[in-house]
Amino acid sequence: MDAPPKISIIVVSGSHERLQMAAMVASVAAVSGNQVSVFVSMNALGYFRRSPESTPPAEGEFGRVMAQKKVPKFKDLFAQAVELGDAKVFPCSMAMDVLALKPGDLEPYLAEPIGLTAFLIDAADSQAWTF
Amino acid sequence: MAQKQVIDVRGAFCPGPLMELIANIKLAGVGDDLEVLSTDKGSATDIPAWVKKVGHQLVSSSEDAGVWHIVVRKAK
Repeated sequence: MDAPPKISIIVVSGSHERLQMAAMVASVAAVSGNQVSVFVSMNALGYFRRSPESTPPAEGEFGRVMAQKKVPKFKDLFAQAVELGDAKVFPCSMAMDVLALKPGDLEPYLAEPIGLTAFLIDAADSQAWTF
Repeated sequence: MAQKQVIDVRGAFCPGPLMELIANIKLAGVGDDLEVLSTDKGSATDIPAWVKKVGHQLVSSSEDAGVWHIVVRKAK
C-alpha cells in the first residue's frame, strides 16, 4: 500500500479568518486520506491555550460576518483533524519559549513541541501551506 | 441488522456537516445508512466527493426546499 500524501501547514496568524482557514484545510485534508502536520507559531500559538478562552479578532468583513453565523470553531476543527483523521498539530518550541508556555498550558490534542528543523525535514516531501 | 440514522445539521456551515458525518460513520456498523440533512450547499458536493475518495457508498442525494438529503452507506 502506498504511503498517504503528506500536507504540511504552518500557522502564524492570530486572525480569525486565517486560523479558520488553516483549521478547515487541516481537518478536511486529514479526513480525506492525507497525512497532515500542522506547525503553530507566533500569533496563532496563544489561541491554543486551554484557558483563558479567547476569540481571535476578525481581519476584515468576512471575519465579522462569520462571527455571527454557525460556523464550526477552528479549535474544534483542529481537534477533529486529530481525532477523526490523520493529523498532528505541533506547537513551535521557539514560540513556546518566547511566551513562556508549557505543554500543559495548551489544548490536549496538540502533539509535543518541535522546532523548525524537525518540521522542515518532515515537510520535505509534502505540500506546504502557510497561514 | 443494518441501522439507519439521521444526522440533522441544518443551519451548520462547511465543513461542519462533513465532520458530523465522519464522527458518526466511525461509530456506525458496516452496512448502516446515515442520512445527512444539510442546508449548506458546499457540503452537497463535498460529502459525495469524500464518500467516493475514502470508499463508502453514496446511496442517494436529493434537495427539497433548500435542504439536502444525502444518504451514505458505511461500506467498510
